[in-house]
Amino acid sequence: MSPRLEVLGVTKQFPGVLANDDVSLSVTPGEIHALLGENGAGKSTLVKMIYGVLHPDRGSLEWDGAPVRINDPRAARKLGIGMVFQHFSLFEAMTVNENIALGMDQPGDMASLATRVRQISADYGLPLDPDRSVYSLSVGERQRIEIVRCLLQNPKLLIMDEPTSVLTPQEVERLFETLRKIAAEGCSILYISHKLAEIKALCDRATILRGGRVVAECDPRAETTAAMAAMMIGEELTAVKRRASTAVGEARMVVDGLFLPVDDLHGVNLRNISFTAHAGEIFGIAGVAGNGQNELHAALSGEFLASRPEEIRVAGQAVGHLDAGARRQFGVGSIPEERNGHGAVASMNLVENVVLGAHHRENLLAVGFIKRAAAQAFTERVVAGYDVRTPSTATAAGSLSGGNLQKFIVGREILQKPAVLIASQPTWGVDAGAAARIHQALIDLAAAGAAVIVISQDLDELMAISNRLAVLNVGVLSPALDTAQVSVAEIGLLMGGVHGA
Amino acid sequence: MALKIEPRREVSRALVYGTPVLAIFLTVLSGFFLFAVMGYDPLTALYFFFVAPLLSLFGLSEIMLKAAPLILIAVGLAMGFRANVWNIGAEGQLTCGAIAGGGVALLFWGDEGVWILPLVCFAGLLGGMLYAAIPAFLKTRYEVNEILTSLMLSYVATLLLSALVFGPWKDPMGFNFPQSRMFTDSAILPIILEGTRLHLGTVIALMIAVAVWVVMSFTIVGFQLRVVGLAPAAARFAGFSRRRLIWLALLTSGGFAGLAGAFEVVGPIGQLVPVISPGYGFTAIIVAFLGRLHPLGIILAGLLMALSYIGGENAQVEVGLPQAVTGVFQGLLLFFLLASDFLARYRIRRVPS
Amino acid sequence: MIETTALVLLTVISAATPLLFAAMGELVVEKSGVLNLGIEGMMLAGAVAAFAVTVSYDSAILGVLAGALAGAALAFVFGVLTLTLAANQVATGLALTIFGVGLTALIGASYVGVPVQPLPKLDVPGLSDLPLIGSLLFGHDALVYLSIAATLGVAWFLKHSRAGMILRAVGESDISAHSIGYDVISVRYRAVLFGGAMSGLGGAFLSLSSTPMWVEGMTAGRGWIALALVVFASWRPGRVLLGAYLFGGVTILQLYAQGAGGIGIPAQVMSMLPYLATILVLTVIAAGPWKGRLDAPACLGKPFRPST
Repeated sequence: MSPRLEVLGVTKQFPGVLANDDVSLSVTPGEIHALLGENGAGKSTLVKMIYGVLHPDRGSLEWDGAPVRINDPRAARKLGIGMVFQHFSLFEAMTVNENIALGMDQPGDMASLATRVRQISADYGLPLDPDRSVYSLSVGERQRIEIVRCLLQNPKLLIMDEPTSVLTPQEVERLFETLRKIAAEGCSILYISHKLAEIKALCDRATILRGGRVVAECDPRAETTAAMAAMMIGEELTAVKRRASTAVGEARMVVDGLFLPVDDLHGVNLRNISFTAHAGEIFGIAGVAGNGQNELHAALSGEFLASRPEEIRVAGQAVGHLDAGARRQFGVGSIPEERNGHGAVASMNLVENVVLGAHHRENLLAVGFIKRAAAQAFTERVVAGYDVRTPSTATAAGSLSGGNLQKFIVGREILQKPAVLIASQPTWGVDAGAAARIHQALIDLAAAGAAVIVISQDLDELMAISNRLAVLNVGVLSPALDTAQVSVAEIGLLMGGVHGA
Repeated sequence: MALKIEPRREVSRALVYGTPVLAIFLTVLSGFFLFAVMGYDPLTALYFFFVAPLLSLFGLSEIMLKAAPLILIAVGLAMGFRANVWNIGAEGQLTCGAIAGGGVALLFWGDEGVWILPLVCFAGLLGGMLYAAIPAFLKTRYEVNEILTSLMLSYVATLLLSALVFGPWKDPMGFNFPQSRMFTDSAILPIILEGTRLHLGTVIALMIAVAVWVVMSFTIVGFQLRVVGLAPAAARFAGFSRRRLIWLALLTSGGFAGLAGAFEVVGPIGQLVPVISPGYGFTAIIVAFLGRLHPLGIILAGLLMALSYIGGENAQVEVGLPQAVTGVFQGLLLFFLLASDFLARYRIRRVPS
Repeated sequence: MIETTALVLLTVISAATPLLFAAMGELVVEKSGVLNLGIEGMMLAGAVAAFAVTVSYDSAILGVLAGALAGAALAFVFGVLTLTLAANQVATGLALTIFGVGLTALIGASYVGVPVQPLPKLDVPGLSDLPLIGSLLFGHDALVYLSIAATLGVAWFLKHSRAGMILRAVGESDISAHSIGYDVISVRYRAVLFGGAMSGLGGAFLSLSSTPMWVEGMTAGRGWIALALVVFASWRPGRVLLGAYLFGGVTILQLYAQGAGGIGIPAQVMSMLPYLATILVLTVIAAGPWKGRLDAPACLGKPFRPST
């Protein structure tokens, strides 16, 4: 049977980077086809060209055997291509029905659309209430909107870009059932991911991209995850060296009954959070996005103040009433989830970003004046010590690649020798090499005696580097578990909580 | 052949300095056509507008005189704009400074003493600060947009001045004209250059501009203001208090505007009258942008804008050009600057289609 | 008594109508995510154009049309700078106001003191002669009715039309709208032009009906009050209508308080009332327990720079 979609020798160049280099693949009707590769391999670019958001510089596309030019998303939808983006195209203040109507070319009248939404969403196991406003929905529910929006347009090819990064393990299972049902009806699925276990469980074929090129094609059910990982990364991943012993020191940061009511309608209240992070250990906090991680990080680092000073203690001292600057002086370092705009200012250069994060502890001020030479020296130490690839220290932080900027921020924090380091999503969007370096740096920091708290949605990451972990769900923290003795399924259930059903 | 617009990776320095020059050139060019359309001889009008004031010492001193309040207000506003605090009510703060300073001058009318003038100036500073405290309070406490509050208040301040000058503060010997008594010598700013109207306030304004430059470029306070404007989350991350910085920005810009207002009434004007400023508070906004929110650039921009005021007056006298042309030029200048700014940040490339 | 009440109400309507036009236009603009502070300039452009054309061609219809076009023309300049060239919206809006004040003063110089026929009022035989209701409901000029119609039209457009839904989406998240395939810039251009035309109509009403004459700077801050009105109304058309009449009422109140034999308060203090009222209302809205703040379009004021 002729392929549903054929990609023939597609190339796409951006200033400074060749995103896709002579890429070819084909997808048959009803096939679930994985597009595998790590961050920066070119998967998103390729798929944007299939959906008409970008145009190839060279090469062509064929649909049902005939050559085709896809000029924009509308043309793609007309062919029968639907896409669920990794970052949802949703409008928070509007209803589910309106959001779906906006993503469709011919929604018809709103009332009958609402009826269809109710029916289709229930049929495929993704129930939705058309009249609810999007801001009140969980991340998993929001993804349903994206999928139902595609389903209502009778797609022949459904493209899913990293769909499971925001789901609990139970929600992932449910999504897979839905996808299998869709495929069984003849719709092809192009499934982008870097999660090997999932691809093994779901997909019929896989195309592996590395550095913009196709490096392999395989049947994921026949290969081992290790083999696919090797093809994806192109080298043997050196196992991260972790201190085997769980011998840890005194209680460095004690959180006791932290309550944080949040003003924002979109925020998650923190309720009665208690845990202890010891010197020398890495304490992981797992959870699906949107369960209070950002609020917790802000509460620990001092961006939000606690209701009572004693709710947070560092080395025995109550610090809940101190703001972020004061806590830094106390030895609390912070690596926020967002590099651009939060952990660093994109339009400022590296020296200025060092002043941003280090002026409290590294003696960079004299009577209010910034000591340029001292800041320059510290910046050079960060760049050298953490392999930050940059033309100079005067380059704007925003021009650095994600991995390099993250290494810079990590280096800036760790070189200050914090007593406690709180890191959120430390390796998100970062290439494997940089991620490994960052993990090693965190482990070494803990080994040197600091307490490291890692808040992450990446369970693999936490399982690999943390000594103990707890799960954050709807603003409530589970009791701490020993990483070596807990199972992914157990954690999955804790992560699910109310949303898992 | 299609044109593609893409952001530059690094802002071109040459263009950052060059675009104001381009904007000025385009404005002058527009002036040429505008004058021609209006029926004046364009070259003559342009000459009287832009060239003649520069040719005499008196002309130059008048430019300096007019530039000083613009510069003083603009450097304060620029600090705020960098921090994303939009004080649009500088005109009102200027007026309140004038009221406060003038009020003190009237209070000690006829008295002698070197302490009177500094007190008057200090009152002006304080008057502007207190008036700016209102939008500051409303923004930090209730998140009320400072653009609207500061602007509404500037209308209120002008009305207040008018009420005072038509009422309780009217000069009893003034033939019922709406003006206060002329201030006595001890409350008047001394002239620093014989034969001109240049006064001490001009020097102080320049000194303040330089001080602001030092603070913004070299101190942690300036750094904090810049960060809070570029990335509020990063400011919180570093422990910079947004509230405190909003207060700082508004009180500083308000204080400077108030000081400028006081300088005007105890300088060239010498008394309180209903209209003490030809819109300095609004023109200062243009000066701030023209100077790229940088104190040194603002000094240059202030001189240029002052030229447009003096030139306008000059052209009105010599050629009969209506006063409103000045406003048109100022608006055009800002338009062209904003438009040519685009070239500094983006690049246009030809792409085969 | 009925006569005085009718008169008062009529003047309230007269004061409210320009505000209603300008605020309704700005509401649409802001719903699309753009903040245009140049309302004063656009209103003045409309006022001077409407006046000049009406006098020169002896046609009120042409005059009103000219007013709308003039407002839209100035808005177009704003659009080019902020939408195509991605300039700072606050600075550009202010430049528009300063430029507009200056340019209209220039253009209008020869029209100061020139008399003009005010807009003809509706005269329905029988209905218009009814006491109170007659003049109140059936005795206005076309622009007043147009302003009400525009309010209803905008309300319907935003809530029930697909184009209105797309406009709201663009203001809510321009990135998402762009990803789906909508032309964000084009939608915003149309909104900006509409806002300009509406402000122009507001200005036309001022110079042709409210105080039938041209004086430079005759809007006297009404553009800024219209801006405040949009915030006051939490970006909802019905509340804009309410607010315009409320503010119109306050403006008239101070005129009548002055006229009623002086209450011992200087005229200037009474003139402060509309501005002080605006500040008060804005504070109450912001400080109150109601969470209507969510209605602000999330993208308001941020320039749209697509990365593709």
